[in-house]
Amino acid sequence: MTEYVVLSAILFTIGCVGVLTRRNALVVFMCVELMLNACNLAFVAFAKQHGNLDGQITAFFVMVVAAAEVVIGLAIIMTIFRTRRSASVDDASLLKY
Amino acid sequence: MVAPDTGAGGVFDLLWLVIALPLLGAFLLLGVAPFLQGSLKASADRHGHLVGTAAAAASFVLSLVLFIALLGRGAEERQIGQHLWTWFETGTISVGMDLLYDQLAALFLLLITGVGSLIHVYAIGYMEHDVRRRRFFGYLNLFVAAMLTLILSANFVGLFLGWEGVGLASYLLIGFWQHKPSAAAAAKKAFVINRVGDIGLSLAIALLFATYGTTDFAGVSEHAADASQDTLTALGLLLLLGACGKSAQVPLQAWLLDAMEGPTPVSALIHAATMVTAGVYLVVRSNFIFELAPIAQTAVVVVATVTLLWGAVLGCAKDDIKKALAGSTMSQIGYMMLAAGLGPVGYPFAIFHLLTHGFFKANMFLGAGSVMHGMDDDVDMRHYGGLNKAMPVTFLTFAMGYLAIIGFPGFSGFWSKDRIIESALADNLLVGVLAMLGAGITAFYMTRLMLMTFFTEKRWAKDVHPHESPKVMTIPLMVLAALSVLGGVLLAGDWIVTWLEPVTGHAEHYEPPLPALVITLLITAVVAVGVATAWFLVGKRDVPREAPREVSFATRAARADLYGDAINDAVVVRPGASLVGGLTTFDRVGVDGAVEGGSSAVGGISTTMRRLQNGFVRSYALSVLAGALLVVLALLAVNLA
Amino acid sequence: MTFWILAPLMVLAALGILFVRKAVHAALLLAVVMISLAFLYAVMDAPFLFAVQIIVYTGAILMLFLFVMMLIGVDASDSTVETIRGQRAMATVLGLLFGTVLVVGVSQVTLGTVVGLDEANSGGNVPAIANILFSRYVFAFEATSALLITAVLGAMVLAHRERLTPKATQASLAAQRIRDFGDHGKHPGPLPSPGVYARHNAVDTPALLPDGTAAESSVSRVLAARGTVRSAPALADDIDLVTAQIGDPAKAPDTSGKAGAPANTEEDVTK
Repeated sequence: MTEYVVLSAILFTIGCVGVLTRRNALVVFMCVELMLNACNLAFVAFAKQHGNLDGQITAFFVMVVAAAEVVIGLAIIMTIFRTRRSASVDDASLLKY
Repeated sequence: MVAPDTGAGGVFDLLWLVIALPLLGAFLLLGVAPFLQGSLKASADRHGHLVGTAAAAASFVLSLVLFIALLGRGAEERQIGQHLWTWFETGTISVGMDLLYDQLAALFLLLITGVGSLIHVYAIGYMEHDVRRRRFFGYLNLFVAAMLTLILSANFVGLFLGWEGVGLASYLLIGFWQHKPSAAAAAKKAFVINRVGDIGLSLAIALLFATYGTTDFAGVSEHAADASQDTLTALGLLLLLGACGKSAQVPLQAWLLDAMEGPTPVSALIHAATMVTAGVYLVVRSNFIFELAPIAQTAVVVVATVTLLWGAVLGCAKDDIKKALAGSTMSQIGYMMLAAGLGPVGYPFAIFHLLTHGFFKANMFLGAGSVMHGMDDDVDMRHYGGLNKAMPVTFLTFAMGYLAIIGFPGFSGFWSKDRIIESALADNLLVGVLAMLGAGITAFYMTRLMLMTFFTEKRWAKDVHPHESPKVMTIPLMVLAALSVLGGVLLAGDWIVTWLEPVTGHAEHYEPPLPALVITLLITAVVAVGVATAWFLVGKRDVPREAPREVSFATRAARADLYGDAINDAVVVRPGASLVGGLTTFDRVGVDGAVEGGSSAVGGISTTMRRLQNGFVRSYALSVLAGALLVVLALLAVNLA
Repeated sequence: MTFWILAPLMVLAALGILFVRKAVHAALLLAVVMISLAFLYAVMDAPFLFAVQIIVYTGAILMLFLFVMMLIGVDASDSTVETIRGQRAMATVLGLLFGTVLVVGVSQVTLGTVVGLDEANSGGNVPAIANILFSRYVFAFEATSALLITAVLGAMVLAHRERLTPKATQASLAAQRIRDFGDHGKHPGPLPSPGVYARHNAVDTPALLPDGTAAESSVSRVLAARGTVRSAPALADDIDLVTAQIGDPAKAPDTSGKAGAPANTEEDVTK
């Protein structure tokens, strides 16, 4: 199952770099989802590796949490967009030194 | 030995009133009057002095009644105690508000209330035009009450209460004309120097507590001999330090001359008749300690001898009439201390001289005040001259005081000083000779003062018209002059010696090196020489209106108070100031530097570091990734290594 | 086999997310990754997750993304200029380093023989998951329900906008209309309807006023702006054209009669 885990690592890293480089809040959010999915892949792979369904359960919970997170995250993005007419994460940078 | 009889009853139950009356006067004048409104307040301001004088006079009458009652008792029953209340009680230490009325206190009571009342009367006239006269009389009453507390207290703690009260009242009175910076400074100086002495007294009291567990005169005198010699010496020296502060003895003498900034009645009351004698009282009262501490006794004699010459030298050089008298006061108190340092032989004479000095010095201070009153508050003797015609009453009363202080045969000062010098000669030849020399100098400077003020040609300022003072001022002068002349009767048949013997102890018979008559003649001769010298140096020459500038070193030193202030400055003030300066610098540079340096270092680092907080979420995410990388690397390093 | 086909596809799609400029494209590429993942789940004996991945992730979550994207503007695209100095370089370096370390680290690990889920899934994957979920993980499961409720409430609160002005009532609207008429002479009644003609009626034809001119306000301003408003006289030409096409109108059947009308009346329905 190593190849699955390696794929998971690659996808996770790509998600990371996406969060760091993209500025559109939506895309940043998508990259976060990508990272979560990469983790899920590893969980499912390990579940098969160990013949144990706990990994799948965990992946399931991750999905539930991700759904909740998306709801709130998108609502926040909407609210920010409503007031600032911008969905760039760099524009919300007033809380600083 | 002090063993008071607490159940005397009769008039002695009213003992507390002696203190309470002037205290009530002070309370009415200072505590109540300021809060009155409208016409009541105006009336209080107008008639307040009468209340003050009445309080002092009533106290005097009561003292007189008590004294007569005391005379009526047997010699062994003349120590009356009165327990008012328990002041404070901590653990095994209990201090009562107790009064002790014995032969010594009786004499002091008469002196304080008697002379005090006369000065109150005098001050009615002297302070007539001062808008704050009510307050002045309140302070005077406060002073009298504090002084009476000092004298009547049956233990050292109560004595200390009065001692501090006297210091406070003295501060308030010296600085009474607070609009004058010099008066304010003088008050402060007196207060601070007195504090030095008070440290000695308070340490002595603490040592008494530690040694005897009590500060009652009765308790301490009973067990005095139980303490070790070192403790007794320390006690004696500490008490001497306290006495030096209050009685302006070297080295704590610097405040007395400056204290002349106060109104003249204050100078007479505090700095001649009563307060400065508190030190003498302390030494005489503590005779049971000094008797057992010969080293302390020697120290008393040394201090006294130095002071009596020091004060006399100052008196020779001062042109300010009050300062010349203040120098003389210092010198005369030196005589008293000298007598007190001689032991039982001297105690009665110390008190005797204290009484006679109280009379004639109050007389002369009030006379000087009368002269100033007539000379528009000019105090420079070089601006006087020929006042004997202009102010005959003042002149005559002052002359009585003058003759008393120089020891003119028959006058009160003659008897008291004569006996002190005689005792000193018997004790130690050098001290006796120096005391005799002091008498000569006294004669010189007092004659100089007399000549410059009342004789020689007029050197008045243009618009000054000297006039005799009103009756209210001259009558006290006459009474005091009479006392100055007749004070010697106290010694008739050695009455005072016998009277004080139960308090001060029996004196061994002593043998002076020369017959008493020879000594008396010798002293009179020395005095005559002093008078003649003054006559030739001052009376026969013209007195310049301005003080000559080209004078000998000795004169310059004496004019500068024998450099007393300079010595204080060099020994105490400047090292103290440098120490404080060093400490503040250390505090600012060292302590504050460390604290503020630390904070500014943190602040500087923070200023740099806060740039990292740039508000960009992606920057923070980058640091999170870097952290995660480090964690992963650490995990790998741990697991794979 | 499935893995080796899907894996490069997923990596490419994921990399695409990094580089495409439009958010919509990124969302579509993410859908590719997610669906591929679903297939991988199926391969790894996780049919339940396969379904959930398709339904919840691709179907719900990603659609939510697209929804929001529509709301805030589909055309919004990133500029390529990096605003934070050194951010992109640092991100690339750190990302590569991190990926390399992870990949190298993971590939160093020997996982051993695969146990497989045959035994665990013997009664079916879904019942097996249900067994675990409602026994060992029941509290976590309940907690997620609370989490979801909270999320819903949170979304409501965030999306809620406070009304700042009172809601206009019908009476106030009517009063406003009359006030406008009084102040500016604005017509208080409804706008005229477009022209209705014997042979032609459409919203792009203005009605004719009694004097024969066209009523401008009877057609939508949008149509006027587009320049697609037709005029009544032009329609007259059409009539000839149509006549020519269908022959003699007299012989022709009545095309716009009742039979030609749209079947939307009550009468037709009942028929």
